Amino acid sequence: MKYSGAEITIKLLEQQGITTIAGIPGGTNLPLYNALYKSSIRHILARHEQGAGYIAQGIARSSGKTAVCFATSGPGATNLLTAIADAKLDSIPIIGITGQVPTSLIGTDAFQEVDTYGLTLPITKHNFLVRSVSELLTTIPEAFEIAQSDRPGPVVIDIPKDVQMSEIEINGWPSISCEKKQKSIDSPKLEQIATMINESKRPILYIGGGIIHSSAHKNLLEFANKNSIPVTCTLMGLGAFPADNSLYLGMLGMHGARHTNYLVKETDLLLAFGVRFDDRATGNIKKFCPEANIIHIDIDQSEINKIKETTHSFTGDIDATIQALLPLVHNDRRHEWISYVEKIKNRTPVKLPPEADEFHPINIIKTIGNLAERDSIIVTDVGQHQMWVAQTYPFKAPRTLLTSGGLGTMGFGLPTAIGAALANPEKRIICFSGDGSILMNIQELATLADHNLNVTVIIMNNGHLGLVRQQQELFYEKNYIASKFLSNPDFITIGRGFGIKGYDLKGCHDLRKIFAQSLIEPGPCIVNAPIHYSENVMPMVPPGAGNHEMIGGESYDC
Amino acid sequence: MTANIIIELTVQNHAGVLSHITGLFSRRAFNLEGILCGPVGDGTTSKLYLLVNKDARLDQIVNHLKKLYDVIEVLLREDSDNTLLNQLFKLLTSEK
Repeated sequence: MKYSGAEITIKLLEQQGITTIAGIPGGTNLPLYNALYKSSIRHILARHEQGAGYIAQGIARSSGKTAVCFATSGPGATNLLTAIADAKLDSIPIIGITGQVPTSLIGTDAFQEVDTYGLTLPITKHNFLVRSVSELLTTIPEAFEIAQSDRPGPVVIDIPKDVQMSEIEINGWPSISCEKKQKSIDSPKLEQIATMINESKRPILYIGGGIIHSSAHKNLLEFANKNSIPVTCTLMGLGAFPADNSLYLGMLGMHGARHTNYLVKETDLLLAFGVRFDDRATGNIKKFCPEANIIHIDIDQSEINKIKETTHSFTGDIDATIQALLPLVHNDRRHEWISYVEKIKNRTPVKLPPEADEFHPINIIKTIGNLAERDSIIVTDVGQHQMWVAQTYPFKAPRTLLTSGGLGTMGFGLPTAIGAALANPEKRIICFSGDGSILMNIQELATLADHNLNVTVIIMNNGHLGLVRQQQELFYEKNYIASKFLSNPDFITIGRGFGIKGYDLKGCHDLRKIFAQSLIEPGPCIVNAPIHYSENVMPMVPPGAGNHEMIGGESYDC
Repeated sequence: MTANIIIELTVQNHAGVLSHITGLFSRRAFNLEGILCGPVGDGTTSKLYLLVNKDARLDQIVNHLKKLYDVIEVLLREDSDNTLLNQLFKLLTSEK
């Protein structure tokens, strides 16, 4: 039977188990949409291609499975770029399929022609420009294999319109291998590592997004408990270790808790599992664990010794590696170290604002944390609210925090929450945003209304680009420029314009009751939560300083 | 002057592969002193000879090159003498 390139593409996506695609049609991907018309795949029409990219991210981040987005050539492709780059830095498996002008017109500055291959080259794990219809049969399965294998990442497939339209005879479809490759574990090296752990006096586990990608949270919990190793998370690692476990130290780094950064400095053995020594986590790298032996385990060989020289390293799947290490480490209660950790924790506790100050951002997050279900998915935008959520929200399970860690994209929250809601219709999705971030993808409220999804958008509204204002206050002589908005829209009226109900907390008492309602009522809603503009995220490690040289955070001035 | 070393790459021969390799060097701020390339046999693969500094970042360069999907093989040619490449580059630098 004869199939067109577009039909082959859709058929192969169905074969990969894709059930939802977010995108926007245009001139050069109309053949793909025509093939999609006959498919069972649900299409989500975003209002901007960046929104489509983040909807795919929301599906991928919350489910761990590869998700797909569509865009046309030219502006469609350029609009997609931020979401692709974001997926690259956080290792998220998404596949962007873009239309391209017909092969004969490539290189002629044709209408809506842009070099998508060249533009996406540095921001993808790999990219393809498909030059003939038969290539699709290998390219598409390969793209999925690349996106989800080893360290995951985004893949872009650029398909010229004539390739989508030309037909070939197909007698059989490529088969899909779904077997996970079992890699053998090098045991002598692991024995060395286990010996170091057993002999160490003050070990700390420093864990990140790799634990979540590899679903290593269960083995990690057993491993930490067995040998009594305190655990600190990066932003991407939050949720990989339950916040209510006594070994949990919270997030480290630029906005980590005081006791966490102090303790990390004192470790004699840093177990860096599924992390990449990001500058936001380590602070000044020369001052990061200068005395400690470092064991780095990661799936990506090129991360080893990239930033920090290690004592021992191991390249491999972190879940399989922890599993292999488990029988080699001793049962140990580590009385001395654990009681020291407790002492430091008690001496420098996380200082909380007075409970009566209901509108304090930390109290708002705590209220939501108490009300939300354990499996609710928290999505954040980028800025102060994101750091307050990271510091305060009691994450207990992996994939319950979706946040833009590496690229730090404002505008991430709303469309990612939509993607998470599409992939998890039974769960409540809570999107914490700011009045700066929400406006960067506000058009996706239309997509949210289209599908009546269970998303609660909480806008922490301080009339400022808060984290910029904070840096100007602390490091730029209080020269406030371009950080205060001259006007601020009424988000409740905006929501109503899109057909979404809202709650304005301005002047309200009993916030708990309103928040409870916003989380229970089916369908989307917006909560406008005014907060004071002078609240800062503390503690903070100044640029260039070591993590232990943080400022603030001893007490909240309320 | 830092000593140089040659990295020999075997790659898939298609239009985008050179951008993948040179793009990696520019965005990771690795030094690339010289490059020589040509198709092998029937032209499905190519060989690239990269002249790079032999310094502390060499391991990183090799690890990143290995991650590129179009790169089939990465070899460090410590054995071969790089007289030819060096002579070519000497010729270039002496040009006025």
